[in-house]
Amino acid sequence: MKITEDTIQYVAALAKLSVTEGEKKKIAKDLEDILDYMEIMNQLDTEGVEPMSHVLPVKNIFREDVVINENNREELLKNAPKQKDGSFAVPKTVE
Amino acid sequence: MKDITTMTALDLGRAIKQKEISVAEAVKAQFDIMKLRDPSYQCYITMMEEEAYTQAEEIQRRIDAGELFNSTLAGVPMAVKDNICTRGIKTTCASKILYNFVPTYDATVIEKLKQAGAIIIGKTNMDEFAMGSTTETSFLGATKNPWNTECVPGGSSGGSAAAVAAEEAFYALGSDTGGSIRQPAGYCGVTGIKPTYGTVSRYGLIAYASSLDQIGTIGRNISDCTAALEVISGHDLKDSTSVNQLNYSYREALVDDVKQLRIGIPTDYLGKGLDEEVREGILNAAQIFRNKGAIVEEFEMHGVDFAVPSYYVIACAEASSNLSRFDGVKYGYRTENYEGLQDVYKNSRSEGFGNEVKRRMMIGAFVLSSGYYDAFYNKALKVRAIINEGFQRAFEKYDIILGPTAPVTAPGLGESLSDPLKMYLSDIYTVSVNLAGLPAVSLPCGRDKKGLPIGLQLIGKHFGEKDIIRAAYSFEQAVKYERPISLTETNKETKHISSDITKGKGE
Repeated sequence: MKITEDTIQYVAALAKLSVTEGEKKKIAKDLEDILDYMEIMNQLDTEGVEPMSHVLPVKNIFREDVVINENNREELLKNAPKQKDGSFAVPKTVE
Repeated sequence: MKDITTMTALDLGRAIKQKEISVAEAVKAQFDIMKLRDPSYQCYITMMEEEAYTQAEEIQRRIDAGELFNSTLAGVPMAVKDNICTRGIKTTCASKILYNFVPTYDATVIEKLKQAGAIIIGKTNMDEFAMGSTTETSFLGATKNPWNTECVPGGSSGGSAAAVAAEEAFYALGSDTGGSIRQPAGYCGVTGIKPTYGTVSRYGLIAYASSLDQIGTIGRNISDCTAALEVISGHDLKDSTSVNQLNYSYREALVDDVKQLRIGIPTDYLGKGLDEEVREGILNAAQIFRNKGAIVEEFEMHGVDFAVPSYYVIACAEASSNLSRFDGVKYGYRTENYEGLQDVYKNSRSEGFGNEVKRRMMIGAFVLSSGYYDAFYNKALKVRAIINEGFQRAFEKYDIILGPTAPVTAPGLGESLSDPLKMYLSDIYTVSVNLAGLPAVSLPCGRDKKGLPIGLQLIGKHFGEKDIIRAAYSFEQAVKYERPISLTETNKETKHISSDITKGKGE
């Protein structure tokens, strides 16, 4: 499958990454090789097979909606690159 | 004085209980060796010396008070892979984007270890976000294989496996998404077990691919691995995929008896791409099982060739979703180069993630994007179902599936990263186990002509940990554990250094 530099631009945007013009060609080539290889899956007949996202049966686990974690706002905020008034700080997004 | 760091974890645990060795002595012996050897092997991202001595005091007090009598590993120094959250201790995933992240809580496995009196001595190196098979994608530099420092230790839990092999830890935790415990254990000549999906809580494990990730243990023998697995396993309400089992007493399976055990070897596990010396090692191992009374035969298992593509599609898709949380807002690295919020996201991620992680996120975004979802992602899920079905059929006939852990022994540093596809293909024998959620163990079964360890993989049925533990234990009775030859040399250095210190004092 041909992976164009436009596809790379699109996929990078989906993944919230920026790629330089210089990187695009190499990334396109790598992705093309990898995806070409992945296409060997088409040799396997999967007609009528149910897709399996989990091996063991998974079901919703419900619990009472009560707070069990401690209030550690201060501690959590210590990890923030920027904080202000007890909140995470980001550049202004709404005028 | 007794050479503490060469002991097994369980032997040290016993010696501590019998007051032959104090916890502080054990910790000191361990840090002496870590300081001596880690400059050569670089197993650790963070060493926790101060914390370890504080823990040692506390654990000694609890032992002396008669607590922890049931805890076989109380007081034994151990290491944790740096993608498992440790409260108050940096947890980086070997990535720039988490270079300064200090979790505010402990992973469930860490809580359990602390309750059992474990001494956590450090956080080990790994491939960035556990994406890689060599530990070379670490932002902090590569770990070296203690058997040959020109070679990789494997990955992604390369730091944990190398630390155990180099006696820089008595045992360690790793995580295994597609072989990340078993393959480095194989390359470093130690034992690693990945339990059945759902056996160990993933709460506090920084996710790579949630439907495949599982925490497990690495040790210098199966008994140590088993003891550690007993500590960390168990149902956890904080992980909704955790499975409640009746019995976690794996030590019952430490029995030297494989008579009538039915062992199957998939013919395709011995086929093309497998190194000749590794094949010999595996066939010798099979013969050892036969000699001990097991029934070993080859059989046809279909779908082996489709495991790698299915795995990488699924793992990358899950990763692209899981890693979207790293955006430079709540924790970790934030770019200095931004005007609006979108720049913060994009530039923090682009500057913070390494190439392999970016590649996998882009593959993931691609296979999930409209127009390709059915052809790749959905197809991979169907292939996964067929692979699982193949295992289920095999386990109607066999108790255990035997094969190599990896097609080759440890490659040289720098050989793998240039060709990602080739690196992915080397995961051929391990990834299908994760796709099917099965338990598997890798243990050493001799060495090749280059002197590098060969890994033997034993795969069990769902919740069949005891079958593989029993087989591994029986195998160990026939094959003696070998420590890396280079360690004997660094031990001489120890003596050299300590005699210098004594001399200094004398003068």
